[in-house]
Amino acid sequence: MSDIVEKTLTALPGLFLQNQLGGGPAAAKASFSSRLGSLVRGITALTSKHEEEKLIQQELSSLKATVSAPTTTLKMMKECMVRLIYCEMLGYDASFGYIHAIKLAQQGNLLEKRVGYLAVSLFLHESHELLLLLVNTVVKDLQSTNLVEVCMALTVVSQIFPREMIPAVLPLIEDKLQHSKEIIRRKAVLALYKFHLIAPNQVQHIHIKFRKALCDRDVGVMAASLHIYLRMIKENSSGYKDLTGSFVTILKQVVGGKLPVDFNYHSVPAPWLQIQLLRILGLLGKDDQRTSELMYDVLDESLRRAELNHNVTYAILFECVHTVYSIYPKSELLEKAAKCIGKFVLSPKINLKYLGLKALTYVIQQDPTLALQHQMTIIECLDHPDPIIKRETLELLYRITNAQNVTVIVQKMLEYLHQSKEEYVIVNLVGKIAELAEKYAPDNAWFIQTMNAVFSVGGDVMHPDIPNNFLRLLAEGFDDETEDQQLRLYAVQSYLTLLDMENVFYPQRFLQVMSWVLGEYSYLLDKETPAEVIAKLYKLLMNDSVSSETKTWLIAAVTKLTPQAHSSDTVERLIHEFTISLDTCMRQHAFELKHLHENVELMKSLLPVDRSCEDLAVDASLSFLDGFVAEGLSQGAAPYKPHHQRQEEKLSQEKVLNFEPYGLSFSSSGFTGRQSPAGISLGSDISGNSAETGLKETNSLKLEGIKKLWGKEGYLPKKESKTGNESGALPIPQESIMENVDQAITKKDQSQVLTQSKEEKEKQLLASSLFVGLGSESTVNLVTEQPGCCLPIMEAESTKSFQYSVQIEEPFTEGILSGFISYHMMDTHSAQLEFSVNLSLLDFIRPLKISSEDFGKLWLSFANDVKQNVKMSESQAALPSALKTLQQKLRLHIIEIIGNEGLLACQLLPSIPCLLHCRVYADVLALWFRSSCSTLPDYLLYQCQKVMEGS
Amino acid sequence: VNKQGQTRLSQYYNNLSIEEKTILEGELIRKCLSRVDYQCSFLQFREYKIIYRRYASLYLIVGVINQDVNEFAILEMIHNIIEILDKYYENVCELDIMFNIDRTHFIINEIICNGEIIDMNKTNVLKPILLMDKFSVKT
Repeated sequence: MSDIVEKTLTALPGLFLQNQLGGGPAAAKASFSSRLGSLVRGITALTSKHEEEKLIQQELSSLKATVSAPTTTLKMMKECMVRLIYCEMLGYDASFGYIHAIKLAQQGNLLEKRVGYLAVSLFLHESHELLLLLVNTVVKDLQSTNLVEVCMALTVVSQIFPREMIPAVLPLIEDKLQHSKEIIRRKAVLALYKFHLIAPNQVQHIHIKFRKALCDRDVGVMAASLHIYLRMIKENSSGYKDLTGSFVTILKQVVGGKLPVDFNYHSVPAPWLQIQLLRILGLLGKDDQRTSELMYDVLDESLRRAELNHNVTYAILFECVHTVYSIYPKSELLEKAAKCIGKFVLSPKINLKYLGLKALTYVIQQDPTLALQHQMTIIECLDHPDPIIKRETLELLYRITNAQNVTVIVQKMLEYLHQSKEEYVIVNLVGKIAELAEKYAPDNAWFIQTMNAVFSVGGDVMHPDIPNNFLRLLAEGFDDETEDQQLRLYAVQSYLTLLDMENVFYPQRFLQVMSWVLGEYSYLLDKETPAEVIAKLYKLLMNDSVSSETKTWLIAAVTKLTPQAHSSDTVERLIHEFTISLDTCMRQHAFELKHLHENVELMKSLLPVDRSCEDLAVDASLSFLDGFVAEGLSQGAAPYKPHHQRQEEKLSQEKVLNFEPYGLSFSSSGFTGRQSPAGISLGSDISGNSAETGLKETNSLKLEGIKKLWGKEGYLPKKESKTGNESGALPIPQESIMENVDQAITKKDQSQVLTQSKEEKEKQLLASSLFVGLGSESTVNLVTEQPGCCLPIMEAESTKSFQYSVQIEEPFTEGILSGFISYHMMDTHSAQLEFSVNLSLLDFIRPLKISSEDFGKLWLSFANDVKQNVKMSESQAALPSALKTLQQKLRLHIIEIIGNEGLLACQLLPSIPCLLHCRVYADVLALWFRSSCSTLPDYLLYQCQKVMEGS
Repeated sequence: VNKQGQTRLSQYYNNLSIEEKTILEGELIRKCLSRVDYQCSFLQFREYKIIYRRYASLYLIVGVINQDVNEFAILEMIHNIIEILDKYYENVCELDIMFNIDRTHFIINEIICNGEIIDMNKTNVLKPILLMDKFSVKT
């Protein structure tokens, strides 16, 4: 019966065409229906791409006119649409027709509608805006009484549907799950599957309905629901273990031939359904003995039944094998599966061999002995003329690589690599070789050579992790230091040899690796001097084929080598060449090199030998402070700080190096010496700068500390911080110290007080910021002699106070201000009194009282930031108490506390703000500083750490 | 795709621009046409696993992005598609596919959806299009 129906039906298209030709205004229709034919024929007849293009452009423009003409009937439109589909398939843009496709779907009769839908599904993609226009049509058709229209709507929904419009059709589609026709139910399930794919959370509530679909009496509906289950089980297998029984039963029925005959394919019952079920079972049974036990029987049966020699049974067998090896193992099944694989591998049919190799690759990790059984076949496949087979074999070998066979396998892989041209293959293979080489390298020479091959072939397409890992491996080394050195030395030597070769071009990445290694480890060479290496690098630098990124690597290497080289003609030449380079980046590097080159000592400490690793550790926190060094917490080198930071530091260094010695601003204010018997006080304000009232408190604070020191002598040097703006002063903080010389000496002599202050020179400060973590102790003070200043002659028994201001130009941790006062008594010789005052950064920190809003604004405007986590001691585990400590000890202003976060601000006199954002979790306080000054955050962080740890 | 490298019908289940499609097809076709008989029906092309089958002058090429695909299942799917087309067109040939590109699309839509095999039952697959044809005749 069904046969007859089918026969009639297959004849229908012919009838339909005739019908079309016969009816109505036949001429027009005929011309249209044959238009596609003539188009297709025309294209087929053409020989060149150029002609094709011409023809299609012609076709498209005529189509464009037709589709927008109002006289075009829907039938004509349908024809046009088909031709548009054809044109776009050949790669010509037909976007003008998209909107008409939607219209056609909306207005046409069945076939026209179907073509409209088809065109939409082919032309548009999920997020195309025109798709929204289709929703209404779909809704209408879903409600249609015509089965075919509903079918069409469901089909298009399951192909392409805008995610945001799902709610509009979801209830309609849910209804369709109860439809009496199985074809509608099936399509509804598929539509829901589509929704599950694009928006899983929107269909969560109907999971129960999926279960119903799984138990549907129609096989098609059940099969459709398997797609959803496969997807869901892939995401989370544990939630569906209870369904294992059902799946097993279904598979049993399928295998047992219980399905309608029309599901058979070459007398194999529903093979794709079987494969689907086997996949699901494999996922469910993975690492789960109990679930796996449920399926042993059915798997056994599947293996047994699929004995027919047909491709599709091989597909089932392969899936069986895969499942058997992914679930909890059972020896009998494994045995059978292994036999099955053997049959595949040994088959003379090339496709089967491929399948066998693939199956072997799956199972090999569980059962390496299987590979031994087939080793001869594997070897044969390795030399197979078909590169695909070869590739698959290499994949297999990759899985069984160990320390013993790595040389051979990598050798084979490299051979293959040299033959292949396709980028995807190269990237893939290079990654594998690099991985194997790192894991199993038997010796240094081999490792370096292999990596050389990887770099030269993989070049610029390979994954950037490969060179990075390689360099890290070199830098960090293994446990054995001498071994590491040998490896590095070998690398250096091999690169030098490679660079010696003429007319060989290496990929940029490889050159970058080389330049890093040479820069870092050339010192290991005893024959070749750094100068020679520099010469080689210089040659590369002058090569036009080298990219500018690589050139910066090269310059960095030269910079590293320069301190080790004695003669530096090349370096000078290089500086000369590149300081006028048009590439700003290169110029910058050249200038850096130039400045460092002028100061060899600095350079040596800046670029120590073989410190790359230590630096890596320091670099992460960016919290270098000399204090750290003293504490032995960190030791490292600055050279690999990020570029931007280096540049910043370098800039500030330049500023400081050019800096003139301070002009001192004197200020003296009237002050009564408390210990003065005479009680006469003379005051003169030399600087003319008035001290900020807000700062006066410091005055007394300091006084106390110093008084102790000097009380005996009767000198009470007092210092006061004030903002002393000198003429033309740079916006650099000033530390002003007011020296209050309390003249307790009642001699009538004129005393000449010469104060010489030793001041912190910015250079070391800079140095300390540059070389923090380098190993120097805390700030080295360079002493600048300040011209002595003469104080006016004083009368006996009088008190005079002098103010002297000291500026702080760069943040520092500690400094010593020392000086001496020499004076002449009237009747005696001159005498000299020395004094010194310890100053710390904190002496220059003041609270900054701003609002949270201002904080926010400032925060965003500051570029320099430092983050660090600090452990809090028990006592201040809560945020407020921790902040209080900071407020008291560091004089930070607490702006606001919000939950577990706090905002603080301070300023470094005279006006460099620094903001601090704190956050507490558990016993860790995350500090985040930001400031307009690049080094201030580091210093403050150090102080904070000290405070937090100290208390 | 026929032997001259002309595309006769294509469907994509992922989103590529027209240019990307053209380039991809061009490269792929060249690769497939250069294969010889003793080589297997599977290829690695870019990130796709390619499974192809040749019917006289016509190549049917399927690309799968999922790496743990069962190649044989796809290979047989291709054959089943041909069988189904054969059943519908009665002795299908390149011309049938070409001139009835819309219908062929409909059929394939019933077999593959979102890049997955949804149905392989010949009766099920052909039912919608036959229904449609029937209705069209009536009206």
